[in-house]
Amino acid sequence: MLRALELRKDFGGLTVLHPTSVDFRPGEVHALMGENGAGKSTLMKILAGLYRPDGGHIEWRDHRAEFNSPHDALVAGIAMIHQELMPIPDLTVAENITLGGEPCSAFGLIDRPAQVARAKELLGELESDVSPTRLMRTLTVAQSQVVEIAKALGRQAAVILMDEPTAALSDQEVAALFRTITRLKARGVAIVYTTHKMDEVFRLADRISVLRDGRLVGTAPATELNPAKLITMMVGRELAEVFPVRSTPSAEALLEIEGLTREPDYRDVSFQVRKGEVLALAGLMGAGRTEIVSAIYGLQSAASGQIRFKGRPISVRCPQDALAAGIGMVTEDRKGLGLIPALGVGQNITLSALRNFSKGQRVDHSAEAAAVSAQMAEYSIKASGPAQPIDQLSGGNQQKALLARCLLGAPDLIILDEPTRGIDIGAKAEIYALIQKLTHAGKAVLLVSSELPEVLSLAHRIVVLRRGSVAATLDAATTDQEAVLRHAMPL
Amino acid sequence: MPTLDRNLLHRFGLLLVILLVGLALSLTTDTFLSVANFTNVARQVSINGILAVGVTFVLLTAGVDLSLGSVVALSGVACATFAHPGEHVVLVPIAVGLLTGTACGLMNGLLVTRGGVAPFIVTLGMMTIARGLALIVSGGRPVANMSTELTALAGDFLGIPIPVLCFLGVSIGAWYFLRNFRLGRHIYAVGGNENAARAAGISVDRVKLVAYGLCGLLTGLAGVVLAARITTGQPNAGQAYELDAIAAVVIGGTSLAGGIGTITGTLLGVLLIGIINNGLDLMGVSSYYQAVIKGVIIVGAVWLDRRQARS
Repeated sequence: MLRALELRKDFGGLTVLHPTSVDFRPGEVHALMGENGAGKSTLMKILAGLYRPDGGHIEWRDHRAEFNSPHDALVAGIAMIHQELMPIPDLTVAENITLGGEPCSAFGLIDRPAQVARAKELLGELESDVSPTRLMRTLTVAQSQVVEIAKALGRQAAVILMDEPTAALSDQEVAALFRTITRLKARGVAIVYTTHKMDEVFRLADRISVLRDGRLVGTAPATELNPAKLITMMVGRELAEVFPVRSTPSAEALLEIEGLTREPDYRDVSFQVRKGEVLALAGLMGAGRTEIVSAIYGLQSAASGQIRFKGRPISVRCPQDALAAGIGMVTEDRKGLGLIPALGVGQNITLSALRNFSKGQRVDHSAEAAAVSAQMAEYSIKASGPAQPIDQLSGGNQQKALLARCLLGAPDLIILDEPTRGIDIGAKAEIYALIQKLTHAGKAVLLVSSELPEVLSLAHRIVVLRRGSVAATLDAATTDQEAVLRHAMPL
Repeated sequence: MPTLDRNLLHRFGLLLVILLVGLALSLTTDTFLSVANFTNVARQVSINGILAVGVTFVLLTAGVDLSLGSVVALSGVACATFAHPGEHVVLVPIAVGLLTGTACGLMNGLLVTRGGVAPFIVTLGMMTIARGLALIVSGGRPVANMSTELTALAGDFLGIPIPVLCFLGVSIGAWYFLRNFRLGRHIYAVGGNENAARAAGISVDRVKLVAYGLCGLLTGLAGVVLAARITTGQPNAGQAYELDAIAAVVIGGTSLAGGIGTITGTLLGVLLIGIINNGLDLMGVSSYYQAVIKGVIIVGAVWLDRRQARS
C-alpha cells in the first residue's frame, strides 16, 4: 500500500539514509529497528512529509506520491505520532483532535457540540475516558498520546507512523497502547513503529526492518527472528558484555543529603554518595527523582534540607554554584535543557567549561578547537565537523556531546538523569563503560534511570523513592527487580 | 559545514542585492556614483548603523528593544543640556549622553530579567517614558546653544565624517566582542535556548543585562552624534528609529527568535536600507512613495531569505 523506493536523504554533505526500499501493508505492524542515527526517524519523517527525499520516491496506493508537507501526507492518509508530541497545550482535547478539520456550522463558525461529540466518539474507539473538554496541558504523556492517535484516526489515516511511542509510558499505559494498536490492525490500518525495547518488538511486530548506519540491513517476518539475531543485525557484531565490572567505592562520603524537602514533590530525603560509587535513584514516574537531582544541581532549589559536598555544607541556588563546587549534570530533557540548537557541536561541548579555554574574558579559539576535537574523538561523536549544528545529529550523538560538555568541566560528582533514554544498544554500552571508567577514577555518579536492569547492573546501592520519600536503600548486589518494585509501588 | 555555507550564501545574496541596486542607481542617476554621494550615504546610515549594532545584541538574546528612538532623543537632550559653551569640558556632555542611554538600557534589562516582564512590553513602556522625560527635561523646546567642541563631532577627521568613524569603530568592536569574548558566545547560547544555557551554568540574567546595557550605551552614542549633527537636543527626534534599526538587523539575517545572527549581516542590512533611501531621494521619489517602497523591500528581503533557508 505504501512503498519507499530507493529513498535517500543527505544532511550537510552527510548521507543519513542511503537508498532504501521498504513496503508497508495494511493491517500489519512493521517495526523499524536500529541504533540511534541508523536512519529510522529520517525514513519516517520522509514518509510523513516532514523531510523531502534527496533521491528515490514514495509510492502510495500504486501511484507515485510527492509529499511537500505533513499536511499533504495527512490528506493522503498518512499520520505521524511524534517522539516529542506536538499538541497545543492551551487548547482542549476536542480542539486538538479536530484541529484543522473543525466541524463547522453555517457562516463558518465552529460547531462546539459537534466537535466535542466527534472527539468523544474517537476517544471511545480507543477505550479512553479522557474528557474532551480538558485542557491539553493537564494530560499525562500517555493520555496525550492517545489524543494524538485519536486525531490521526479522525483524519481517516490508513498508515500511522509511531516514533518510539512507549519511551515515556508506564507499563499499564504501554499495555493500553498495545490494545489500541491491535484494534487499529484489525481495522486494516498499517502501523509503522520504532522502539528500542526488544520485548515490545516481538510482542507487536509482524515484520521487522533493520537499519544500520543509514542502510537497510534487511526485512524479515518477526517469527523468523529472535532477540540475539536482531541485535546482531542492528549492531553488526555479536554483542559483547554490555555491563562492565563494577569498581570498589571508597568509604569516604562525597555528597551527603539530609532532610531535603520541597512539598509536594519530595520530603525528608537523605542519602550519601561515596567516592567511586554509582548510586541510583529508582522509583516510578512522579516519585520525585528528577526533582531531587534538580535540587542538587540547582535547577530547582529545595525548600529546606542540607547538602554537604566534600565534607562542607554548600548552598546551590543555580547550576553555576553546582558546577563551581564540582557537580555536573546531564539532564533528562535533552531538547529543553540540553541542546543549543543553533550552535555547532563544538560550541555546545565547550559551553560549560569555556572559561578553561579563555585568556581573561577572551576565548582562545585554538585551545577550544583542540579540546573539541579531543572530546569528539574520545566519545566517538559522529558529525560532519565541529561546526555542524547539534540539532542535525542523531539522539545518541547529541547525548554523547552533552556528556562531553558535562565531563569537560571535570566534575567530581556526575548526575545522570535517564542517560540512556531513547538510545540504541551500542551507545548504551558506551555510556555504561564511561560510567565505569569515571568511578574507577574516583568520581561518583548519581544515576536516575527507569530501566531496572540498568540500575541493578550499574549501581552499587539503590535508593528507592515512593511518592517523594525514601522507601528503602538497597544493596544492588543482593537485591532484584522485584524487591525494587515492591518498595517503589504506592501502598 | 552547512551553517557556514548558508551564512556565506546569505551574505553573498545580500551583497549581490546591494551591488545590483547600486548598479541600477549608477545607470539611472548621474549623481549616485561619486565620492561625495558615498560619503553622504555613509554619513546618513551612521546613526541607524550604531543603533542597529546595539539592537543586534538584544535581538540575539531573543529580546527586542522598541525604546531606541525615544532614548536617542532623551540622550541627545541630556547631552545638549550640559553642552552650553564654556560650562563644561566637552567630555562631560558626551559622558552624560552615553550614561543616559546606558541607564535606560540597564533599566530595560533589569525589568526583563528581575521583573520577568516581556521585552516587548518593557521597552514599549521605556519608549514612552524616555520620550516623556526628554520633553520634561527640555521643557518641550529644542535645547540649543551647544558648544562648537561638541558640534564638531558631526565634522570630519582626516576627511572622513566622525559619525562614520563612530559607526565603523562600534561595528568592529561589536564583531570582535561577539566572536572572541565568552560573553559574546553566551549571548548566542542564551538566545538559542535560554533554559539549556542556564543548565549549562551560564548566568542568563547577567548576559541579558549586558546585552540591554550595551544596546543602551550605543543608543546613547547615537543620541550624542545626532545632537551634534543637528546642533540641538531635540525632544522629538528619533521617531521610529527603532524600526529602521530592527529592519536592518533582520535583513542582515538575524533571527527574531534569537541565537542566530552576525554583525557583518547587520552592516549589510544597514547599507542596503541606506542605499535605497539615498537612491529614492536621488530619483526624486516622493517621501510618501518612499515609505511604501521601503516597507516592501524590507518584507521582501526577509521573505527571500527565509525561503532560501527552508530549501
